Amino acid sequence: MKTTDTPPAEVTGNRPPAVTKTNGAPPAKQKREGSVLNVFSHGMLVLWAFMVVMPLLWAVMTSFKTDADIFGSPWKLPDSLHFENWSRAWSDAHMSEYFLNTVVVVGFSLVGTLILGSMAAYVLARFTFPGNRFLYFLFIGGMSFPIMLALVPLFFVMQNMSLLNTIPGLVLVYIAYSLPFTVFFLTAFFRTLPTSVAEAAFVDGASHTRTFFQIMLPMAKPGLISVGIFNFLGQWNQYMLPTVLNTDPDRRVLAQGLVELAVNQGYKGDWSGLFAGLVMAMLPVLAAYIIFQRQVVAGLTAGALK
Amino acid sequence: MQHGKYRFIVGFLAAPLALYAVFVIWPFIQAIYYSFTDWTGLSPDFKMVGFANYQRMFEDEIFWKSLQHSVLFVVLLPLVTLSLALFFAFMINVGGRARKSAAVTGVRGSGFYKIAYFFPQVLSISIVALLFQFAYNPRNGAINSALAAIGLDGFQPSWLGDPDYALWAIMAVLVWSTVGFFVVLFSAGMASIPRDFYEAALLDGANRFTTFFRITLPLLWDTVQSGWIYMGILALGAEAFAVVHIMSVGPGGPDYSTSILPLYIYQSAFRDANAAYATTIGVALLVVTLCFAAVVMRLGRRERLEY
Repeated sequence: MKTTDTPPAEVTGNRPPAVTKTNGAPPAKQKREGSVLNVFSHGMLVLWAFMVVMPLLWAVMTSFKTDADIFGSPWKLPDSLHFENWSRAWSDAHMSEYFLNTVVVVGFSLVGTLILGSMAAYVLARFTFPGNRFLYFLFIGGMSFPIMLALVPLFFVMQNMSLLNTIPGLVLVYIAYSLPFTVFFLTAFFRTLPTSVAEAAFVDGASHTRTFFQIMLPMAKPGLISVGIFNFLGQWNQYMLPTVLNTDPDRRVLAQGLVELAVNQGYKGDWSGLFAGLVMAMLPVLAAYIIFQRQVVAGLTAGALK
Repeated sequence: MQHGKYRFIVGFLAAPLALYAVFVIWPFIQAIYYSFTDWTGLSPDFKMVGFANYQRMFEDEIFWKSLQHSVLFVVLLPLVTLSLALFFAFMINVGGRARKSAAVTGVRGSGFYKIAYFFPQVLSISIVALLFQFAYNPRNGAINSALAAIGLDGFQPSWLGDPDYALWAIMAVLVWSTVGFFVVLFSAGMASIPRDFYEAALLDGANRFTTFFRITLPLLWDTVQSGWIYMGILALGAEAFAVVHIMSVGPGGPDYSTSILPLYIYQSAFRDANAAYATTIGVALLVVTLCFAAVVMRLGRRERLEY
């Protein structure tokens, strides 16, 4: 949003509603505005909060119940906390492997995305050369094209390169499909950084490469954190790319593994284990969100506000 | 800063651009090319068939159904989600009753609402889909038991198993999981609208409806427009694919009542071994996406307000 000159990081987040220091002047009209409307609007707010929080609490509660209870009385509290659901999900249902695969894939993808994305964005933001605009639009065009269209040929491209169903292959694909937004976001960010510091470093004899890694990257840290959080969530929660390109049971990532677990329930019927798995996958991200609430919100909304 | 400039530019762009070209650009170009062939995906041999795939697509009933559902997604989902989000964001930020020191504030507990509403955004769409698939379970799912508990024993639809309800049930999940993001996004936008505007409007006797439509919405229009495009792409893209693929019976059922274009592409390519036809449907999806973006740009064009 061009019309604001405050960085989004400062206007978002959990801060109390802004209080203006005017003399108040509570207009008499507002009182008459109808308590019906007030009750209705507040009711909607509470209702939605309930609708959002309830399913999550319900899932946590269900993960501690026995299979019989899950089906018999879905809304009743568990009779006792069945922690064995959790251990069963962690080891028997391969949740530990899915976690490990996801951590490896997302770890490498995230680092790769940030390095390659910031390199491309820096060059596109700071240097004029023929084809600059073209390359920029080539990158950001990827944000709006339907990925599914590319996935059909990509499947066979990867097969020919022997990258299909491999962790490195998945990492490369994650990086490639994260680049459009990353480049878009970081290009805008690098443009806002002052040029004088880089010029001074250059005058002092630093090469372009050194200027980038030692001066510009540290200066771009807030932007890197925002786009890093965005990419982390996107890659951690990715479902479509692994579903198409990573079908090897041993290399499943979390999102896939959970769905697989649910599909297989028909035969084994370990529903409590499935819920334990779901909650297990849900809680770390939720906990991280509650702790880093401000940064996460700023990171996710900054892109759209730019 | 001229010394070694081009060597540096090439050096820095080479890796990202190569990766992007091989995994994103090249497959897109190939996809359009393949839509004119009879390639199955199983064997490397194929020949050009002209517009045969397109002809087949136009006569394909499942394609039309999927297209219809995708268009419904892209029209309704942004409308419902953004309206709800605007309403909530307005209530949270400026809907509060006048208190002692402030004429314009959010409602009580606005901080909590902003945190809680955002929860679904950080969850994987597949977790959300699985949770709701379970909640929609006709016999002992949470929703039907809750309906029974409040006395609606007679109204126990089989949700995902019922062609009349399945698509709506799935769309509701997408709304559920995306509203929070837009509430927070619009809140950030609203926070940057100067308070004086609201105060002036209040002094002039404007009520909340007028305030919303005359002040908030026009000043927030840029953000709403980008949110609209974002939501539309989501409704045609990976998120819609994920919920339908995970939740619907079949997937795509019952009786193709939940089939959408991304799912049909996936099934044509990897289940029916008909890669060329899948890319043809993909081109149709591309056309829908571009039309949507063009319409939003056109409808959304307003004079930019500086403040």
